Amino acid sequence: MSNFIIKADNLTRHYEVGGGLFKKPGTVKALDGASFTLEVGKTLAVVGESGCGKSTLARVVTMMEKATSGNLEILGKKAEPGLVEMRKAIQIVFQNPFGSLNPRHKIGKILEEPLQLNTTMSESERRKLAKNKMELVGLRPEHYERYPHMFSGGQRQRIAIARALMLNPKILVLDEPVSALDLSIQAQVLNLLTDLQDELGLAYLFISHDLSVVRHIADDLMVMYLGKVVERGSAKNLFNKPKHPYTAALMSATPSANPDKKKQRIMLTGELPSPLNPPGGCAFNPRCQHVTDKCIKQSPILQGKKDHQTACFNPLG
Amino acid sequence: MTYITETETKLKKTKRETRKRMLSEFWFYFSENRGAVIGLWIFLALVLIAILAPLIAPHAPNEQYRDALLVPPVWEEGGDWRFLLGTDPVGRDMLSRLIYGAQFSLFIGVVVVTLAVSGGVSIGLIAGYYRGAVDTIIMRIMDVILAFPSLLLALVLVAILGPGLLNAMIAIAIVLQPHFVRLTRASVMNEINREYVISAKVAGASPFYLMTRTILPNCLGPVTVQATLSFSNAILDAAALGFLGMGAQPPTPEWGTMLAEAREFILRAWWVVTFPGLAILITVLAINLMGDGLRDALDPKLKRS
Repeated sequence: MSNFIIKADNLTRHYEVGGGLFKKPGTVKALDGASFTLEVGKTLAVVGESGCGKSTLARVVTMMEKATSGNLEILGKKAEPGLVEMRKAIQIVFQNPFGSLNPRHKIGKILEEPLQLNTTMSESERRKLAKNKMELVGLRPEHYERYPHMFSGGQRQRIAIARALMLNPKILVLDEPVSALDLSIQAQVLNLLTDLQDELGLAYLFISHDLSVVRHIADDLMVMYLGKVVERGSAKNLFNKPKHPYTAALMSATPSANPDKKKQRIMLTGELPSPLNPPGGCAFNPRCQHVTDKCIKQSPILQGKKDHQTACFNPLG
Repeated sequence: MTYITETETKLKKTKRETRKRMLSEFWFYFSENRGAVIGLWIFLALVLIAILAPLIAPHAPNEQYRDALLVPPVWEEGGDWRFLLGTDPVGRDMLSRLIYGAQFSLFIGVVVVTLAVSGGVSIGLIAGYYRGAVDTIIMRIMDVILAFPSLLLALVLVAILGPGLLNAMIAIAIVLQPHFVRLTRASVMNEINREYVISAKVAGASPFYLMTRTILPNCLGPVTVQATLSFSNAILDAAALGFLGMGAQPPTPEWGTMLAEAREFILRAWWVVTFPGLAILITVLAINLMGDGLRDALDPKLKRS
């Protein structure tokens, strides 16, 4: 199955927090056994509320951080941060376009930096390529000489995307790329991303908490809760027939533009438990409406058909 | 071909223009602060005096006029037009010595600040970038240095190294350097988690590249301000060391040393201590005012646009 461009198997990432001279540090399981695959040219969306491990997943997949355990394969090879080829293949776009560009560098320099670091291109070659990518994301050539603070949020995000594309990657990790932008700009950037995907055959790992955005762009969907994958499958299946109560609650919280559509809002009670001290059994059990004794005692594992798996003892529907 | 050179020249032109614009913007904010502008002019005048010392000083700094010991300034009774600000106990012209002293003071400031900034910033970068044990060790050492009264520590260092202007400068640089370490470390810790640093890391930047090219330029604002303020501190400390006999040695016309030499004549001849003291005061005040304005002009949070 060489079609998989990313294959993650039971990825975990634990952080030690707190702890002083006399205190034992606590362990946060930011990512707790995530398995997924990403196919060439497809978009896998990862959704979940704040603190569920989405961004940790992004950091592990882009090899910024080493996974505590588990197996990560990129382009059919085991991920190794030192490999230039692998680093070139996977790039990231961040949520905050105001922090992701070095304020002291001109756009040209920002775009050319990845080339400067990883290739032996001459300056004129680099400039040509940078202008090329700027055109690709809809920036004008005269922007080359400007500083980031002269741009709006949407333009900056275009710059960030152009920068990520400089090394001709196969995979883009998009860490909430549009959530800091205005709604109209969001649509522009999303359309740009879909166009780029068609044109360059990119695979996206799209991290978001905005389900209406995800519905627009995702092929596959992965729902996370407290570092665990609770449901996974094709976006169509998950949106139409969510099986995990948490997914159902998330879906019902998305506003609909159709005022006639009657829908039942599933209200979750309680707060997201502290990841320092997650509840035993199924992590969702304190907030679940369908909780049983089994949920408190045992931890469910992902099961089901390949295009729709869920980790729940009492799946809906 | 012509097209390329054309764009090239165009590029250079826009580069020059943006630099010009940045400079004019800087000047706009800087000039809002009256005191800073006055400080800047006084400082520039001092630099000019120091450079032109051999031309404008009426006498050689160490030439003794045995016929004119402790001559008061011209406007006092018994003043001599040859010596505008009077002479010291061995008959040297005060004005000339003060003019030559400006050279020493500025030289001390430049050398000390250069040493302290380069050392402090690199140590601070390392501490802030690597954190952990490296950071702890570095910062505890800096805390130890900071725990001593600065002049006392400088005195001890000079006592170990031996008195002299160069050793005094090294000692002052060591004493001033922890401030730069702390400042740089704090800014680095602030910047290191910003997304642009992470994206440079994902692009494959080495730690050295990250520290020097990506993070450092964004930390330089506060360091620049601290550097100007340290400049005056260095002059002051050097004068103090000179006064205590641990800095520049006589007959060097250094302001602090001049003060020390004239100590016993304070009651008889006020001018021998007042003028070097005033010189130190004015210089330090001017530089501090300038540093204040610099902080206002460089801090983006204080900008209104």
